[in-house]
Amino acid sequence: MMDFLTSNPNRRHVMLGIGASALALVLPNKARALTSDEASALINRAVGDINKVINSGKSSSAMFRDFEVIFKKYADVPTIARSALGPPARSASATQINKFSDAFAGYLARKYGKRFREFIGGEIEVKSARKVKSFQEVQAVAVLRGQSPFSVSFMVSDRSGQDLFFDLLIEGISLLKSERAEIGAMLDKRGGDIDKLIGDLATAG
Amino acid sequence: MLPHTRNSRRIALAAGLVILAGCSTPSAQTDVHDPYESVNRATHQFNKELDRSLLRPASQVYGTLVPTPVRTSLDNAGSNLGGPANVVNNVLQGDIESAVHNTSRFLLNTTLGVLGLFDVAESSFGLENRDTGFADTLAKWGAREGAYQELPVFGPSTERDTAGMVVDFITNPVGTLFGDDAEDADRVTTVTEILNYRYTFSDTVDGILYDSADSYAQLRLFYLDARRFGLGESADSIDPYEDLYDGLFDE
Repeated sequence: MMDFLTSNPNRRHVMLGIGASALALVLPNKARALTSDEASALINRAVGDINKVINSGKSSSAMFRDFEVIFKKYADVPTIARSALGPPARSASATQINKFSDAFAGYLARKYGKRFREFIGGEIEVKSARKVKSFQEVQAVAVLRGQSPFSVSFMVSDRSGQDLFFDLLIEGISLLKSERAEIGAMLDKRGGDIDKLIGDLATAG
Repeated sequence: MLPHTRNSRRIALAAGLVILAGCSTPSAQTDVHDPYESVNRATHQFNKELDRSLLRPASQVYGTLVPTPVRTSLDNAGSNLGGPANVVNNVLQGDIESAVHNTSRFLLNTTLGVLGLFDVAESSFGLENRDTGFADTLAKWGAREGAYQELPVFGPSTERDTAGMVVDFITNPVGTLFGDDAEDADRVTTVTEILNYRYTFSDTVDGILYDSADSYAQLRLFYLDARRFGLGESADSIDPYEDLYDGLFDE
């Protein structure tokens, strides 16, 4: 399919053009770009919620449930999920994509919840935001007791129709990039069986 | 510890430069250049075995027996012994501000901080830790990253970082300035730093090594991302919306 596309760039451009016009109709506020202030405001709220959880003194499983709520509220989980799944997402059914996205949210909350748990007693502070390509990068630091501060960045976009973050970088390490590699490896191990992957994701992370 | 005659240093330095000259053809630093993947993967299995049988259990013992303030102080002392090397590299990088910063840190922590056990430079003077090494200097001088490597015992690296590490090891000014006892102390504190790191970030390291479907690929990605970030060589983030809409229109 890729060969067909690269050998017929014109057809692809026409398709993109039609798609973009259709999108402009569906998303009327698309013309207004997301500002650094709006992106910072979103991450300030997200970080406020995360700080509350990491200093709540709750059990790990209760924290992971809270993180899942935060992920679903502030992150574009369907886009992250689809991107992590990579090319196999194209041949998957809508039901599979939805189920995968759901299982993926829980998996992420557990996996990154464990990272955030290492921030207990610390605090994340939003520092600045800047425009990168078509999105905003919000830079924050995690200030921890007795340790050098960590850099934490959030990539925020409004292309889903809402202001949401689609990537989280801790000291430059991208959640999106590592999950693309990880989900790809998990899928390979299961011979490309998405349903099996969905089932196993429910307990992974 | 190791015999350190002038001559052996010079030979090893030459070896370091040869390794550097032999850096394999690099690509843009946005992706992974891993031509030795099959060898690296074998080394990765070896390193995992080493971690499982030795490093992880040793770090658990160390972390459980030695209280946090003592572990932190030993980390500080080790980091302080790296002070002179930091200053030398800052000068080589042409970063005079950091050279002054690291000189002040070294003087304050060696005196007021009782031989580096307490990081008073950071806690009382706001002079944060700015660690560097010859690998950073090579990057500053324009040396390319080279191929990814997973070294036995030492773990993930790149050809540039390995060359830097070899030079750091041979030219360690601690021994030259303060005698072999200080150099031995540096090696001991390096070991305690590794143990403390393995203990403090146990969940994260276990997650990468033992919970991942492809721990080699995860470690490689983490190392390269973090290293490029530290050097200010990060590529722009990926934009999943471009892929997403490409995906939609391809169908």
